[in-house]
This record gives sequence, C-alpha cells and structure tokens, in this order.
Amino acid sequence: MEARYLREDAGRIATAADRLAANRHERGSFLRYQFASYSFLLPWLIGFLALTLGPALSSLYLSFTDYDLVDTPYWVGIANYSRIASDDPRFWKAMQVTFTFVVLSVPLKLAFALAVAVALNKGLRGLTFFRAVFYLPSLIGASVAIAVLWRQIFAGDGLLNRLLASVFGYEGPSWISTPGTALYTLVLLAVWQFGSPMIIFLAGLRQIPQDMYEAASIDGAGARRQFLKITLPLLTPVIFFNAVIQTIDAFKAFTSAFVISNGSGGPIDSTLFYTLYLYQEAFVNFRIGYASALAWVLVVIIGIFTALSFLSARFWVHYDD
Amino acid sequence: MTDAVTPSISRERSHATRAFLYAGLIAITFAMLYPLLWMVSSSFKPDNEIFSSSSLIPEVFSLDAYSRGWNGLSVSFGRFFLNSLFIAVLSVVGNLASCSLAAFAFTRLHFFGRNFWFALMLGTLMMPQHAVLIPQYVLFLNLGWVNTILPLVVPKFLAMDAFFIFLMVQFFRGIPRELDEAATMDGCGPWRIYFKIILPLSIPVLATAAIFSFIWTWDDFFAPLIYLNDADSYTVQLGLRTFVDSSGQSDWSALFAMSTLVVLPVFVLFLFFQRLLIEGIATTGMKR
Repeated sequence: MEARYLREDAGRIATAADRLAANRHERGSFLRYQFASYSFLLPWLIGFLALTLGPALSSLYLSFTDYDLVDTPYWVGIANYSRIASDDPRFWKAMQVTFTFVVLSVPLKLAFALAVAVALNKGLRGLTFFRAVFYLPSLIGASVAIAVLWRQIFAGDGLLNRLLASVFGYEGPSWISTPGTALYTLVLLAVWQFGSPMIIFLAGLRQIPQDMYEAASIDGAGARRQFLKITLPLLTPVIFFNAVIQTIDAFKAFTSAFVISNGSGGPIDSTLFYTLYLYQEAFVNFRIGYASALAWVLVVIIGIFTALSFLSARFWVHYDD
Repeated sequence: MTDAVTPSISRERSHATRAFLYAGLIAITFAMLYPLLWMVSSSFKPDNEIFSSSSLIPEVFSLDAYSRGWNGLSVSFGRFFLNSLFIAVLSVVGNLASCSLAAFAFTRLHFFGRNFWFALMLGTLMMPQHAVLIPQYVLFLNLGWVNTILPLVVPKFLAMDAFFIFLMVQFFRGIPRELDEAATMDGCGPWRIYFKIILPLSIPVLATAAIFSFIWTWDDFFAPLIYLNDADSYTVQLGLRTFVDSSGQSDWSALFAMSTLVVLPVFVLFLFFQRLLIEGIATTGMKR
C-alpha cells in the first residue's frame, strides 16, 4: 500500500515538475508561435491598415473638407453633405439612373439565370456545353472590348438596326444616343452576363435530394407545384446569396457606362451611373472632398441595402437547421 | 390497357418537353453568341461589307483590319499587350503568395486575435471599394507612384483581393488536420507545413485563383484609367478605349479586330480551364 502511494506521489511530483519545465519552455515557444503566425498574416495586415482602414478613415475626414490635391484640405463641416442633399441635381440623377439599373438588371438577371439553370438540371445531354457557353459572357463581359461591341450593336447604323431594317423594314434610332433607351442597352448587357449566378444556381439545384421530387410526384404533384413547393424554398439560400452579390456588383458598374457614353454619362446624363459621377468629380474636376462625401453616401446606401436584405432574409430564406 | 397507355403518353409528353427545352436552349445559345461571332467575323471583313451583309462568313477574308488597328495609335498595341501581360503576371504572383499566406494563418494557426482579423477580412469582402479609392489615390500620389504600375500591383502583394483569401480558406479547411499534426510531431514548424503540405495539396485552388486573378487584372479598366496617364504605359483596355475615341467610329473593322485580340487571351484561358473556373464559382457560392 505504502509503496503504491509513494510511487504515485513520486509520479505526481514528476509530472508537476515536467509541467513547470514545459510551461517555461512553452512561454518561449508560445511567443515564437504567435510571432510566426503573425508573419503569415503580415502582408494582409499591412494592406489592411495602409490600404483599407487608413484610407477609409481618411476619406471620412476628407468628406468634411474642400480639397483639390494641391492645397491643404480646408475644413468645411457638413457643407459637402448638405450640398449633396439639397443642391446637386446630378447627384439625384445619378441615384435615379443607378437605382433603375439595379432594380431592373438584378431581378431580370437572376430570373433568367434560375430559369436556365432549372432547364439544364433536367438531365439533358450537353449540359457541359451549354453551361460553358452561357458562362462565357460573364467571364469576358467586364472587358472594354465587350462595351465597345455593345456600342456598335446599338449604334444608329449598328447590328440591331440593320437586323430590324432587313426583317421588319423598321428604321430604328441610335439606341445608345437616345436618352430614353441608352440605359436599357446597359441593362441588357448586364442580363447577357447571367452565367455566373446560373452556375451557382446549378450547384444549388444539385444539392436538392432527388427523392423529394419522387415522393412529391407519387403524391400527385405536377412539375409546377414541385417547383413552387420544393425547388424554390430549398433554393432560397442560394437565391439570397446571388441577390446580395449581384446587387453589390450592379451598384459598382462602371466600365460599360463609361465606354458607351465616352466617359460623360450621356446622353443628357441618362447613363450617369453613380460610380461614373464619382469618377468625374474626383478625377476630372478634382473636387476630392466632395467626391469623398459622395463615396461615403454610396457606401452607406449599399450598407443599408445589404442590412435590409439580411434582415428580410429571416422571413423568406429557408435554412435546414 | 390503361396501364400500358399512360406511360407511353407521359413518355411522349416528356419527349415533347425535352425537344422544347433543347429548342429553347439552342435559341438562347445562338442569341448569346451572335454578337460575339459578329464581332469576330466583322474583324475580317472590309468596312463596306460589314454594313452591306449580315452574314457571319466574310465574302472576302482579310487581315488588313488587324494591321490597321495594331498600329492605329501612336503607340502600337504590341506595347499595350506587353504592359497588360506584365501587370497581370505580377498580380497573379502577388495574389497567390499573399492570399495563401493569409488563408493559411486563418485556417491552420491559433494565434491571438485570429477571429477578430478574420471577421474584418470578411467585412472587406462586402465593403465597396469606393470608400478607400480616393485616399488610396492621394497616398500613391504622395509616394510618387502615379503613372507607374506600382498602384496596380503592390495591393495584390498585400492580399487586398479578399475574395481569393476566402476561396483558399474554403479549400484549406478541407485538407485533413491529421497531416499537420503528424508533421508537427515530426518537428515541422508552420513554414514547413505551409510549403511542404498545404501548398502541394492546394494546386486546384491555386490554379483557380491564378486564372481568375489573371482575367480580372486583364479586364480591369478603372485602376489603370486613374493611375496610368502615359500612352506608353497603357494596358490593352486603356489602349482599346483610346482607339475608340480616336478612330474607332470611322473604322469599325479595325476596332473589332483589336476588340477580338483583347478578348482572345481570356477566351483561350476559358477554353482550357472552363471546368476549373466553373467549379471555382460554384464552390464560393455554396460553401458559405
């Protein structure tokens, strides 16, 4: 008995000593480990502080100043913001153009992407081919080349009008220089790039268990009912993801409007996307303070949009858990 | 009797549905590709033929437009292509190195403040770039970097494309932890685990990130527009836009020739790696 206690005590003392030694050793290696870990994070950390956090704070400050890149920023209080709110018709025009673009292009693009994804998911042959072809425009759509192409399609003597003339004998206007239609050509360009949300929809559709459809069809549910009662509810998380990403993207649209309007946002500001207006104020007119205020207004608007969609998600997005 | 009849009716109906679906998909394919095919075919036509015929096959096949476009500006498009290639390759290297380091830290190391930094990183994914655009410009202006490629390339070496960190985090999480643990037992530190275990097992995600990174840099218009002022340092996108302004409206075929060339590298990457790209898009959408 005694011997056993002794042995156990000895064991306990030994482990305690070990632990002490290990602790002393660990404190050194703990620090070394932290240091090594942060060395992996270092590039990102420098970038985050110098190119994201610092600039974000600095642009907040600049938005309360008058600054032209040459003289030192001059504090003007909320003058920039009050001018945006009450004395800048181009701001309101830009808001109207941007919201029209977002509200039209995002739902159309998503509806089209979903419809095509559901069709492709019917087990057709050639899935890989169709998927690749439909994805191609998303991949190349951001290029200036495609904006140039769009310009030539919808020009007065462009492809569309020539097709209209030869098929219907209709003489179309120059769609890109008519204020009433210019923006819609850009909406069409956005919808043409429905491929990347379509791929995400396809991946989502693949995860819906096939036996749910089998059970439903045994119960006598038709294709439409199956779509409304199974596909759509189970796909809501993917719809939500796509909607958020596409909305943020639509707010940021720039290149197509820039190329189609030669950087002006014309005709008569009908394609004056918010980003384009921001660019003109900052890098053409060098009203840096005012442009910073415009930038922050956009950030807040996108933030509100995102927050609202996340809040609304709990009412319509279906999660398994 | 009825038993025998119903399936054949439904089979006929499903045949009809299928035919209908195929017809629809082929129509969409045609409508989507027609503008692109028109662009390519017009680049081989003389201008008067672009206007007179809407056929996709040129009657007279000519490469004139390519040589006119190539030398259409005071600086040749060859220069623009070299500039774009240089910037894109540096961006790929920068993104792969910096984003994989950050993703490794976020998934494999247990350091103080990890969750805090990770949340901030996710925040930058959602944050629009506009808030930081102007002060970044002011910063680069004060550093004397405007009109050099540094403002386009340095941010890539600082892992500022958080999307790629996110993509790699998703992938690294799938690599079994037992591998790291075994390596740690054998005395490997984090650097050796990163180089000898994680990177070699991550070729697919690194390839996806490399291709996307190349394409997005190649297509980028905004950053070159504000940072590059000399025609000598223009990227292809800037060159193309200048070309539209200078002569494009009168010489459509040359404009289409240059547009085709600008899209070509992206198209080639797409042909070779479409499966990788499509999987990349699908996984970022799904594993949230």
